[in-house]
Amino acid sequence: MKNENKIQYIYGIADNALILGQRLSELCGHGPSLETDIATTNMALDLLGQTRSYYQYVAQLSGEEKTEDDIAFLRTERQYKNVLLVEQPNVHFGYVITRQFLYDVFHLLLLQELQNSNDEMLSAIAKKAIKEVSYHQRFSSDWIKRLGDGTDESREKVQEAVNDLWKFTDELFHMTDDDKIAVESGIGVDVTTLKDKYHQIVKEILEEATLMVPEVKWFQKGGKQGVHSEHMGYLLADLQYMQRTYPNMKW
Amino acid sequence: MSEKEIKNLEEIFEQRIARDEKIEPKDWMPEKYRKTHIRQISQHAHSEIVGMLPEGNWITRAPSLRRKVALLAKVQDEAGHGLYLYSACETLGVSRDELYDQLHTGKAKYSSIFNYPTITWADIGAIGWLVDGAAIINQVPLCSTSYGPYARAMIRVCKEESFHQRQGYEIMTTLAKGTPEQKAMAQDALNRWWWPSLMMLGPTDAESIHTEQSMKWKLKRKTNDELRQQFIDQTVPQADIIGLTVPDPDLKWNEETGHYDFGEIDWDEFWQVVKGHGPCNHERMSARVNAWEKGEWVRDAAMAYAKKQEEKKLKKAI
Amino acid sequence: MNNNWPLWEVFVRSKNGLEHRHFGSLHAADAEMALENARDVYTRRNEGVSIWVVESKNITASNPENHGELFEPAQDKVYRHPTFYTLPDEVKHM
Repeated sequence: MKNENKIQYIYGIADNALILGQRLSELCGHGPSLETDIATTNMALDLLGQTRSYYQYVAQLSGEEKTEDDIAFLRTERQYKNVLLVEQPNVHFGYVITRQFLYDVFHLLLLQELQNSNDEMLSAIAKKAIKEVSYHQRFSSDWIKRLGDGTDESREKVQEAVNDLWKFTDELFHMTDDDKIAVESGIGVDVTTLKDKYHQIVKEILEEATLMVPEVKWFQKGGKQGVHSEHMGYLLADLQYMQRTYPNMKW
Repeated sequence: MSEKEIKNLEEIFEQRIARDEKIEPKDWMPEKYRKTHIRQISQHAHSEIVGMLPEGNWITRAPSLRRKVALLAKVQDEAGHGLYLYSACETLGVSRDELYDQLHTGKAKYSSIFNYPTITWADIGAIGWLVDGAAIINQVPLCSTSYGPYARAMIRVCKEESFHQRQGYEIMTTLAKGTPEQKAMAQDALNRWWWPSLMMLGPTDAESIHTEQSMKWKLKRKTNDELRQQFIDQTVPQADIIGLTVPDPDLKWNEETGHYDFGEIDWDEFWQVVKGHGPCNHERMSARVNAWEKGEWVRDAAMAYAKKQEEKKLKKAI
Repeated sequence: MNNNWPLWEVFVRSKNGLEHRHFGSLHAADAEMALENARDVYTRRNEGVSIWVVESKNITASNPENHGELFEPAQDKVYRHPTFYTLPDEVKHM
């Protein structure tokens, strides 16, 4: 497998961690309680930590004099390969939790397979991340239940978020050409095989939370090809502000 | 209780403090002690959580991943410190919600420094270096204050804060050693944060109303002016080392006193900000109120859910 | 209805072999949340291997006003301590 394919494959995983981490870090100081603020920040820190491990590896693979920051901050929007789900905005706490939950369940299933990758580095990153993401899934599932089976208002709000974000879930199981090459060479995960398990877990939790599983027939996709939603440009404007305004400096 | 009995209790109480004994939540204490502590501890807690905002302003724009995680961890610590302090305050019989209410309605104060805007990345360096530096000078003596829960919270806070000031100074050092543009950014931040940092240590002793009583209760071990001098003496050489200039033309080492002499502080500006007319007073408060009000349905949901679970458990038991 | 999250006390075992020690308190709607919050608030720096949480209202505390009757009677029971007993000089340790 060519390094360039491997790099693209890693972006497909790592960019999710970066963008979701960035979204979560917007919340620091603005959450519903001090305790939840601290919890969501912890998840942001876990995800950004994972991002750094992946990007440092990419920098090494690239064979150029690249750093993790060049990779994080200096690509164009079309070069980010995260799924649309993770770039969706923090509309309200119901969206934050739902986005987290819908991603966590996938993320954990992915990592559980990725730890068997024949790429030692990816396997090691996955093994470490599994512990973090297991906790994320526990946290977001608990909160889905609280909001779903809480008050009428909270059920309505979180159901709205579930309905709204559901259309982004199918993309999680799409395979890009780079994904296929990675699977063939034994370093990547065939995400299509995770789909049934994903729906089973998500359905179970949503039902326990007295929420409806949306019946959506039309799904959105594009993030994996670098075709993002309109939200992405603003997120990157924030993320890249310093590196773009003051190029070639050390911070 | 008769007046005489109270007086007697007060005497015993003051003797205990003088002997360096700690006061614990259920111990008898004069009403004034309780009130003063609620005021000071809650002000301190409010400062931590309002202080998250100016720094939080730069988390999404931090210039490198390393800086981003460090800043996130620092702002998160501040939430933690707010939490420890609110908890200490709650042992005095006031709830966190009541304390929030005092903050949101403007009855309670918080450190005025957080009403200044963070307009460049260097401001994050300046806050860590100067604001946390001044805060540490204020806080370290509180680790041995007389009220047990406050002292314990402060020990935890001080232990965790040790990385905060370094984080800021490292940012400033990197900028000062960077390109001319970066160095100018650092100098500009120092220019804007220097005087507010000096003000942060409180009004001059002549103007300070609480000092004497606070000294007795070990809420304070040194006066505001002494703390300010200590801050200046330790910070000026740090600025020299990285080649930045403290924006005070009157600043001069005084061989005789062994301290730096410094220029006049603009106390009018201080009082303007304290009284609510600083550049960001309004933004800070509306951010806090907003977070609290928009979070209400979430907090309610969690309580409703907990109640339902409790009922389910009971039913099962029957 | 008062919908404020109740207060919980947090006890953390720093490492196996040591007892759980009171670390502080926090607010949470239920025990599960209290445990998760305690993990995030009090063990961010690797401070613990086990956590207990208990709702503060469930703790019964002694009253400092009864300090005399509760604790002072123990002060003169010197015979509970080994130093109360004399040993022949030849016996160095017991």
